[in-house]
Amino acid sequence: MNDSIIKTLVVSFMVCLFCSLIVSYAAVSLRETQNINKLNDQRIKILKTASIYKANISIEEQFLKLTPKFVNFSSGELFDEYEGFDIDMYDPVYFSKQPKYSTPIPSKEDIAVIKNKENIGKIYLLKNQNNQLEKIILPIRGYGLWGILYGYIAIDSDLNTVRGLEFYAHKETPGLGAEVDNPKWKALWDGKKIYKDEQIQLKVIKGKVDPSNILAEYQVDGLSGATLTSRGVTNMISFWFSDSGYKETLMKLKYDG
Amino acid sequence: MMGKRYKQVFFRPLIEENPITLQILGICSALAVTSNLSVTLIMCLALTAVVSFSNLFISIIRKHIPNSVRIIIQMTIIASLVIVVDELLKAYDYETSKKLTVFVGLIITNCIVMGRAETFAMKEKPLISFVDGLANGLGYSLILITVAIVRELFGYGTLMGYELLPLISNGGWYQPNNLLVLPPSSFILIGLMIWAIRTYKKDQMVGDYLVRYQLKII
Repeated sequence: MNDSIIKTLVVSFMVCLFCSLIVSYAAVSLRETQNINKLNDQRIKILKTASIYKANISIEEQFLKLTPKFVNFSSGELFDEYEGFDIDMYDPVYFSKQPKYSTPIPSKEDIAVIKNKENIGKIYLLKNQNNQLEKIILPIRGYGLWGILYGYIAIDSDLNTVRGLEFYAHKETPGLGAEVDNPKWKALWDGKKIYKDEQIQLKVIKGKVDPSNILAEYQVDGLSGATLTSRGVTNMISFWFSDSGYKETLMKLKYDG
Repeated sequence: MMGKRYKQVFFRPLIEENPITLQILGICSALAVTSNLSVTLIMCLALTAVVSFSNLFISIIRKHIPNSVRIIIQMTIIASLVIVVDELLKAYDYETSKKLTVFVGLIITNCIVMGRAETFAMKEKPLISFVDGLANGLGYSLILITVAIVRELFGYGTLMGYELLPLISNGGWYQPNNLLVLPPSSFILIGLMIWAIRTYKKDQMVGDYLVRYQLKII
């Protein structure tokens, strides 16, 4: 009786119908909360990079302190309007994968091994009460050992001193490369300088930095046992602060004030 | 009489007939999600919920499941439950769900869930099937939590994120064991546990134990 074709079809259909109703209800009713989580997750990282994150204040409120700006990599211009995109929702990483909004990087210049770069980037400015620039937060990404590391770097108003570094996604080896998340290591970046005579000098070196070295303020301790991840971070810095990255923008901000 | 059966169904899968150490099922997630105790706890909760409710729902409709499509029907129910659990995690514990990545989704292919549906829920009443699912979920959890405690404590010097053994790299004295940070260490730990349990329960060593075990259930 159970194995008649009619019963098989009816039972299968009923089970599928019932299950799909439950699944779609769960997916639709939870979508909003999930999107907020995803957005806040990024925002927390950005706030942490700017070292202004406080766990007890709502993220939306804290995030108001930051001004997002679109950035044109080649001219270095900052602007607020770009083809009608909502600047709060604009995700440079997503647009770097859309052929219409991105450009492949010639392999000679692609030191961070990211293949495509979005045409228009997005950065955040942190201003003080007098509307003066305090920090600037730049998204960076680049290949480590197992995959691309995605993060943010905060630069002081002198546009040369690092104030914070955070990664929000990576696939590095736990205990070795994944130490890029170690607060002790991240703290080493505070106060490091990027450019020396307009040339990128900042590097993650092998071993510990010798404080007596004249280049000490351009060097960060390497992660032990993670040479390739350390090199990846160096490459990432070299790429994003070069002419193909934010160099123009930083120079423009410096001279325009 | 009834109570005794429930007790048996509940307690046996914890150690004696533990799904991981006796049947060697569900090893995949035991390797992948045991490097951090708080993540492991969420994974255990997710699996226990899925296996209990899949047992319950499958048992409710067991008399109407046509034999020819029973595996597909079980899979449909299990997969739906897993998606719901995954969606709930993404909504209410985003941090952990990010760390668990695909492993919540992979509960669908966890043999414990299918195994319990096929060997127990298809034959028994709903309530006792639910208890059986719960007990097997807890048996799985017991092993995973033990592995996670060892791995997190000796691999990172922390437990639930709290520092117990200060690491040398953070100015303490403990040199972490890097092997425990990597997934293959779970294999070794689970192997040691199987050895311990089989030394204590000698009859599990006999090759045909699994056959006898299956017959007893059937």
